[in-house]
Amino acid sequence: MDLLSATAVEIREAVSSGKVSAREVAKAYLDRIAQVDPKVHAFLYVDPDWSLSAAEAVDKKRAAGKALGALAGVPVAIKDVLCTKGIPTTCGSRILENFKPPYAATCVRKLLAADAVPIGKTNMDEFAMGSSTENSAYGPTANPWDLSRAPGGSSGGSAAAVAAGMAPLALGSDTGGSIRQPAALCGVVGMKPTYGRVSRYGLVAFASSLDQVGPFSRRVRDAARLLSVISGHDECDSTSIQSPVEDYEAALGSIKGLRVGVPKEYFVEGLDKEVEALTRKALGTLERQGAILEEVTLPHTPYAVATYYIVCTAEASSNLARYDGAHYGFRQKGTKDIIELYSQTREAGFGDEVKRRIMLGTFVLSSGYYDAYYLKGLKVRRLIKQDFDRAFEKVDVIAGPTTPTAAFKMGEKSEDPLAMYLCDIFTISAPLAGLPAISVPCGLTSEGLPAGFQIMGKVLGEKTVLSAAAAYEAAAGFDKRPRNLS
Amino acid sequence: MSEGRSKMDRATVEYVARLSRVALSEAELQLFSNQLSKILDYIAQLNALDTTNVEPLAQAVENVNVLREDIVKESLAPWEALANAPEKVGDFYKVPAVLE
Repeated sequence: MDLLSATAVEIREAVSSGKVSAREVAKAYLDRIAQVDPKVHAFLYVDPDWSLSAAEAVDKKRAAGKALGALAGVPVAIKDVLCTKGIPTTCGSRILENFKPPYAATCVRKLLAADAVPIGKTNMDEFAMGSSTENSAYGPTANPWDLSRAPGGSSGGSAAAVAAGMAPLALGSDTGGSIRQPAALCGVVGMKPTYGRVSRYGLVAFASSLDQVGPFSRRVRDAARLLSVISGHDECDSTSIQSPVEDYEAALGSIKGLRVGVPKEYFVEGLDKEVEALTRKALGTLERQGAILEEVTLPHTPYAVATYYIVCTAEASSNLARYDGAHYGFRQKGTKDIIELYSQTREAGFGDEVKRRIMLGTFVLSSGYYDAYYLKGLKVRRLIKQDFDRAFEKVDVIAGPTTPTAAFKMGEKSEDPLAMYLCDIFTISAPLAGLPAISVPCGLTSEGLPAGFQIMGKVLGEKTVLSAAAAYEAAAGFDKRPRNLS
Repeated sequence: MSEGRSKMDRATVEYVARLSRVALSEAELQLFSNQLSKILDYIAQLNALDTTNVEPLAQAVENVNVLREDIVKESLAPWEALANAPEKVGDFYKVPAVLE
């Protein structure tokens, strides 16, 4: 069995049947990381003791004849925005350089309870603000398909880790596309669940009305399994949804008669011709599986990016007020009073994009501008959600491209914040409307770069979204992997 | 959202930086003034939409009044909560004097 190309489901079966030990699996992935990650830099923290002790605990559990969890012995990479107890959690920021959380995020706790093996913490744009992972204070991550290109972001480390075979599964967080966009650019599966499906407790907050934790994998079935493990109500997050956890994997099935909406606003100028062709081909594949395609309209799509940058920056400016140099994290030395302590600590501790968003958010919430910007943004957010409500009266899912282009060169957009924001044009609406959405690989461009096919569903429509993605995947059979990494 | 002049002139950036408690450098004031003005120009396209009688939407999956029993549970010990403090004295965070 080739452990590095096995699916999570296969690894779990092999571990639970004793064909391979969890320790051997962890060792294989740690070796792969040691070999490949110097080129990719997907990880900010790898600790063999942490991973191997978790793996050995799984092996002991098996030896004792105890029942094993749904992810027994499966290595999972964890985005560095999720709190891991006693393990550094930096959010890609200097301001949290030495931060070791005193508690674990609920999704991390559930992962460990399912006998998964943490394989490391992954790189990200600082505080999840960015679309290229170039905003990390610890240096960028490279796209495993072409090391001169960005992997997307903000969960670029998690996407690259899965793409490069350094982890079969990873957790990321998605606020405006931070799971789906890097998944598309790295040729892996990535899913943002319905807002509230996964607890945000222990997810370091960026924009609380949008943030959602979700899975990365190479196969849809693996993503379904990981999502089933981390989903569910949590009394520590009052926005988590009460409805019971479903077995998403068991729900994967036929899509005969599935009504698929194709939004005309997603096939516009700026969409790369090759990405468009791959997306249309993917739609044709769904149709051949028995789905019924229907054009729908989401007329406020052109306003989504502007709306998002009001809402997310307003929330970020409030959430990031906690970094004050007093309670935890970095403190600037030698300041003479408390205001200077705050201001100097934040000036030295935050990178440019984080400062820009705090400033923009403070501005749109400030006296005299609140109605014109923040309130206006919330009203347009309602219009965007109503677009989806209307479309979903006719269709079960909505499908189109995940990103307008394949992976771009590092540095290409880093000097122009607005150009970077526009990378998220197709992913930004789903979080504004709270909807689940997945990106599945749908082929390679002539330059050998992956493109992603996005499927969005209704609130709590995870089963339908995953079924459509799995049916597409089975029919399309994308099994390309990046080469020349080792 | 007034059209025309730069929306984030230097004075506005300085004011917002003060509200945000970020001690920006001279170079950053200039850079952010340019970049934020461009972003606000882009955002101004929302003016094209008539939003009279549209209710603002703060959270997409609307939840109201989530309540739970008020039960005392175990929480972090003071030493755990303070473990990451840059400076502390006993069970307290230490900061520069706030009052003279």
